[in-house]
Amino acid sequence: MRFVDEFREPELISKTAEEIRRLAGTERHYRMMEVCGGHTHAIYRFGLKDILPENIELIHGPGCPVCVLPMGRIDDGLSIAKDPNVIFAAFGDMMRVPGTLGSPLEHKARGMDVRIVYSPSDALKLARLNPDRHVMFFAIGFETTAPSTALTIKRAKGEGIHNFSVFCNHVTIIPAIRAILDSPDMRLDAFIGPGHVSTVIGCRPYEWIAQDARKPIAVSGFEPLDMLQSVVMLLQQLKKGEAKVENQYKRVVPWEGNRAALKVMAEVFQLRPYFEWRGLGFISQSALRLRDEYAEFDAEQRFNVPGIRVTDPKAAQCGEVLKGVLKPHQCKLFGRECTPERPVGALMVSSEGSCAAYFNYEHRKTPLTQLSVA
Amino acid sequence: MSAPITTGVKPQAIRFRDPQIEMAHGAGGKASRRLVEGLFAPLLYGNSPGPLGDAGIVDLGGTHIAITTDSFVVKPLTFPGGSIGELAINGTVNDLAVSGAKAEALVVTYVLEAGLPSSVLEAEVRAMAKAAQAAGVRICGGDTKVVEHGKADQMYISTTGIGRLLHGVVIDPASVRPGDKILLSGPIGDHGITILLARGELDMEADLRSDTRSVLSMVEALVGAAGPGVRWMRDPTRGGAGTSLNELARDCGLGIVLQEEKIPVRDAVRGACELLGLDPLHIANEGQFLAVVAAEYADAAMNALSLVPGGEGAQIIGEVREQPAGAVLIATSYGGSRIIDMLVGDPLPRIC
Repeated sequence: MRFVDEFREPELISKTAEEIRRLAGTERHYRMMEVCGGHTHAIYRFGLKDILPENIELIHGPGCPVCVLPMGRIDDGLSIAKDPNVIFAAFGDMMRVPGTLGSPLEHKARGMDVRIVYSPSDALKLARLNPDRHVMFFAIGFETTAPSTALTIKRAKGEGIHNFSVFCNHVTIIPAIRAILDSPDMRLDAFIGPGHVSTVIGCRPYEWIAQDARKPIAVSGFEPLDMLQSVVMLLQQLKKGEAKVENQYKRVVPWEGNRAALKVMAEVFQLRPYFEWRGLGFISQSALRLRDEYAEFDAEQRFNVPGIRVTDPKAAQCGEVLKGVLKPHQCKLFGRECTPERPVGALMVSSEGSCAAYFNYEHRKTPLTQLSVA
Repeated sequence: MSAPITTGVKPQAIRFRDPQIEMAHGAGGKASRRLVEGLFAPLLYGNSPGPLGDAGIVDLGGTHIAITTDSFVVKPLTFPGGSIGELAINGTVNDLAVSGAKAEALVVTYVLEAGLPSSVLEAEVRAMAKAAQAAGVRICGGDTKVVEHGKADQMYISTTGIGRLLHGVVIDPASVRPGDKILLSGPIGDHGITILLARGELDMEADLRSDTRSVLSMVEALVGAAGPGVRWMRDPTRGGAGTSLNELARDCGLGIVLQEEKIPVRDAVRGACELLGLDPLHIANEGQFLAVVAAEYADAAMNALSLVPGGEGAQIIGEVREQPAGAVLIATSYGGSRIIDMLVGDPLPRIC
């Protein structure tokens, strides 16, 4: 399959892995954070740990929007959809995310009108098809998905559609990286930068990480060869004592980002003063809300939202796992009370969460070298 | 071979504690297994049902027959490559075939929604007659119920079949041994992805057809050529090949190690799965089967299958190992590996 198989080519991968081993040597340990949940998923799905040397440790970052969404936001969204006139529309990833009284899917089984959509414009289509009902799109994601939500809201306004609103949970990646770097127990050497987010924001917003925090960062694609090549770039910088932003994912990511997408986001959204992140706490200016010009499409302004705050179960050590202090399987609940089917903590919820990825692909694994036919 | 398995993991008894029925309980994955093993089996089949296969074997005074039942609620009713009527015949014929039995007779139940156009029903009945003839099975009775408009979605079909056991084969996961080969009859994922695209919700198109067909002739050829070496068979419908192999790993207490590049998957299926974040190993099939064959019979099995029309795509996709006990591991051609679990949740509801 074109555009996929080239980046999974065994010979190139083994050559790149060889280069990584040569650069990494054996004298020191490297801790690299992949910011994006898509990378976390890919690392486990492709079994990259089998390929990387032991002294390169990948720390899973906060870039999974489902994982960092506080449970209270789900409760708030579902409380609006208790009104039988409301259709709750969301991406498939949201469906199994537990609120206090169950996930959207469990609410659906009990009769709530919950629909899976593949894009915000599908939700708007639902509104056009159901003029007597109200469609609320539960929006989630980083800068990757925020432009399409913004565009949909603009279109709804342009078409004069009145039975459509957005419950906005869009967050921005840079403040989260800053929070991670400010955290006292973080010891990171470098970052694998988020590829999808960067298609929108470009590479420039990461420059402070290199200049002020003195950490190398490589914006990376999602195929095995992409990620291995990014590791090579980071090792080369670290060996030379450099810290700069590099773009490994040039085939998709323009250095300046996508101006049209940034423009429509700025038109429709403004920054919230602060927003709660699951596992990380409140981070200032880290999330988006609708501008007042679009208030009629803002579910939080249009409906009575209880503003529920739910503290995570104490036993779940999501914060520590999120910051890389603990590995997923070191959490007390991992694989017992907390599984992808019945997640307790945030990171077990989405397939991009590090606990879910670890549970699905790595947990119970026997290293290939130890396998023998009896 | 009677050496006891010493490395196996003993499967834990499952209890059904889910507060309500959800779509996932019908998806053929983990939740379905919990429902069957935690509620149906202990209350209906006695306390120790043993591994649950695709059909039950009944001893009628010395004559053993296989019996199975299957219901079809697929949406839409017709799709490229097949329709609900064809599925209803092939599904039951295949459940019997992979249990080592040749379907002899079926009975059919229809649940119809008031308002269903008669022409739609007639088309499906004709499709059933044609599929039954192709599979060499007789339909000898049935029942019809009609519910109010809006209380069912057009039509549901349920078929129950009995079959005569094929000679020279015993299907038993406990007989599986390290070193045995895993055989797959052809490309996976065609049915599930075809249905998904046929619903038209994704604005995606691909040249793809459901693989619905009877696998009986392939099973007969396999058993004829390698009968004593055939240890286990399954048709990987809902939950896909990944879920079926996890059930095998659990039932035999051994590890299944697959070579990713050996698993036949069409480009259209791979592409759709890449886009949607699905794994072809979790996508439903309606005309494929998996078999575990002793290593010394593997060549004979492959030769026999490649000569049957429809068996040309068969592949040996991996083998049984002692480790990882109770789990399925996939090794990639570029040196990585991952565990593949049973399907969790229900990414594609009402697929059959």
